[in-house]
Amino acid sequence: MFNLTFRQRRYFSYGIRWVVALILIFFAIFPVLWILSASFNPTNTLATAKLIPDNIGLDNYYSLFNNPNTPFGIWIWNSIKISSITTVLSVSVTTLAAYAFSRFRFSGRENMLKAILLIQVFPALLAMIAVFTLITQFDSIIPAIGLNTHAGLILVYLGGAMGVNIWLMKGFFDTIPRAIDESAMVDGATHWQTFSQLLLPLMRPILIVIAILTFIGTYGDFVLARVLLKSTDQYPLMVGLFIFTSGQFSQQWGPFAAGALLGALPIMIIYLVLQDQIVGGLTQGAVKG
Amino acid sequence: MAVQALKRFETGDGQSATLSNVVIRLVLLLAIDAFAIWFAVRAFGEGYLPLGIAIALIAAGVNYVILVKEMYPIRWMLLGLILMAMFSIYPILLTVFVAFTNYGDGHLLTKPQSIEQITKARFVPEGGSAYTWTGYSNEAGDYALWLQSENGDSFLAFPGQTLIPAAEATGLGELDSEGIPESVGDYERLNAFQVASDQNISTIQFGSELDGVQIRSPQEAAQLQPKFAYDEANDIINDLETGVSYTPVEGRWTAANGDELTAGFRANVGLDNFTRFFQSPAFRGPLVRIIIWNFAFAFFSVFATFALGLAIAYVFNDPEFPGRKIIQSFLLIPYTIPSLITILIWRGMFNPQVGVINRTLSDLIGIAPAWTVDPWLAKIAILIVNLWLGYPYFMLICSGALQAIPGDLYEAASIDGANAWQQFYKITLPLLLVAVGPLLVASFTFNFNNFNIIFLFIEGGPPIAGSPTRAGHTDILISYVYNLAFAAGRGKEYGLGAAITIVIFVVVAVITLFQFRYTKMWEEVGEGV
Repeated sequence: MFNLTFRQRRYFSYGIRWVVALILIFFAIFPVLWILSASFNPTNTLATAKLIPDNIGLDNYYSLFNNPNTPFGIWIWNSIKISSITTVLSVSVTTLAAYAFSRFRFSGRENMLKAILLIQVFPALLAMIAVFTLITQFDSIIPAIGLNTHAGLILVYLGGAMGVNIWLMKGFFDTIPRAIDESAMVDGATHWQTFSQLLLPLMRPILIVIAILTFIGTYGDFVLARVLLKSTDQYPLMVGLFIFTSGQFSQQWGPFAAGALLGALPIMIIYLVLQDQIVGGLTQGAVKG
Repeated sequence: MAVQALKRFETGDGQSATLSNVVIRLVLLLAIDAFAIWFAVRAFGEGYLPLGIAIALIAAGVNYVILVKEMYPIRWMLLGLILMAMFSIYPILLTVFVAFTNYGDGHLLTKPQSIEQITKARFVPEGGSAYTWTGYSNEAGDYALWLQSENGDSFLAFPGQTLIPAAEATGLGELDSEGIPESVGDYERLNAFQVASDQNISTIQFGSELDGVQIRSPQEAAQLQPKFAYDEANDIINDLETGVSYTPVEGRWTAANGDELTAGFRANVGLDNFTRFFQSPAFRGPLVRIIIWNFAFAFFSVFATFALGLAIAYVFNDPEFPGRKIIQSFLLIPYTIPSLITILIWRGMFNPQVGVINRTLSDLIGIAPAWTVDPWLAKIAILIVNLWLGYPYFMLICSGALQAIPGDLYEAASIDGANAWQQFYKITLPLLLVAVGPLLVASFTFNFNNFNIIFLFIEGGPPIAGSPTRAGHTDILISYVYNLAFAAGRGKEYGLGAAITIVIFVVVAVITLFQFRYTKMWEEVGEGV
């Protein structure tokens, strides 16, 4: 056995851990490096094993935006549109409900909270056949919220809005002392005024976190959009990207790499900028849910 | 009376409503009710019985909440509740409903829709009102008829248009001795020889749906008559041409001799969708494999992600370790990219021909595994990808939980002579599992229905040979349901898919109940309230 001092043994242990860390980091970032490299490789093959391609070019990015079969710009716009509308409506609906659960005492309140939690166990994804049937039937009554419309898809997303988020938000409402409301009410404020002018500003941090998580969740949905939307120019980004890889237009890995990078960018930026808030909100939500 | 009505509208928090407030609410309610009634009536008219009932129930609930004073708090969450009822609860109930029907190819229509479609058919009767006819055609190959009825009235007929009385017809050419025009617009009259040699003219239906006319013989054209009539009292469809009656049998209009009409409808078939599992070995074989893989996939995914996440958290838990923060940020990267995108990236990397993994492997050690063809390799590849996707979550959770374990426990243990492994096994793991246990169960439920990785990575492939429906070696139940209902180029089996969805519901419900018991969630709810 080597005769090592405490300090030496410690550095030795650090060294091993750093080696382990580097292997893990390689595993973690390899796909990212690879997609970065493929996106700048104009040959549209994945065959190169070199990380830095021979002739770096923006050809993939160019063809991404100029191929009428794969309207990438429209897909991104669709994704942002659908996610934004869903987020705003979902957060509004949830906040109103959470306020009522936190501030009013009414019969059946406890059971309703439990029921909301239970229903959340079966998301719309599981009942995809029924959701598809429902929207198909809407289609023959009100085509504007039927198949192949963003409105129909958003409605389905909103059906799942009241879930764990209600618990999370009610928890935060509960942390705001009721004395604040009561003093406002004594001064003649209505419930609506108390809610909108007093409590909402106090809730801003958690509202932002929930809004971001909702946005990311909607942005990353695939199944419902795939089932309910039929035409290429209605697709959101995720369904569009799938087309590149599924061979419908014979796999186009080059443009896919460029598209994947651009599509991931907004979310990665959100995560990196707001890392601490999101992780905080997430763990709280997870523990509660 | 008016005062009473006003009082009813008082808001629940004792603030009395102003008149304009009440009026606005009433108008709003009327508008909602008008819309709901219209919607429900349309739904019933199309034969969407469950949808109509759902709309009616939701509308009743909305009225109750808006009209009854005690429901004031519910008004705050009314919109959310409506959305939840329509798009979360109703689909769950509808799944149960559909599971007992034969909804799918050949049974896509509702019963009223199928009756409507069937009764559109027309036939040329032997007797009945008849015309003598003269044919015309133009260069584009379109046809027209000049019809003369027995009582001397004349009509001009084009396919798909109502018959035009002679007096209103335009573009008529010179009339012959019998009053028949030589031409109509750019249509030229056909002579007897042309008519006799023409293949098309006798098959064309002239006139509109209501007054359709078809040629019966070289001289006669007859008014078409509906071939089928629906007898509502007896719930049968009668064939007016042959006199055969068709009765509905499990969504098919069936005659006594077994003949069926083409337009079937969805009907209750009882437990047929469930008993298929026991009766058809060809169907059962793939499904059993899928169920086993579904549980194995969820279990190994949770186990691997938790193990790696915990290991990383444990190894780098030392606050004095240099670069801890940077390492953690790098290791968190898989979590920050939308998982759909990374799944597709991994799909490219695992591509046997052009993927970077196989190229590297063949350069280094000269092998190129067939990741997408071999069932076992495909499963391993999926688990690797899922490990990559899932470990950062448990890394975050575990490093939080580890810091919460009091340090003096370890001190006491090492004084008692416990080595590092014993400390981990006897102190860290049990305490950690208490905190993380519910999340492990939640992660299991998530992965049990992790459609995205199965579908986006490999679309359930490679296919199971000999399966009557589309099924792959890596399919899990939810992706199998997707195949049954939405796979391109295959029959739609909504009823069967819904039946399998119910199996998923049961599994999820059992796991969740276990989780709630385990974490005493209900008690926590009670406390919070």
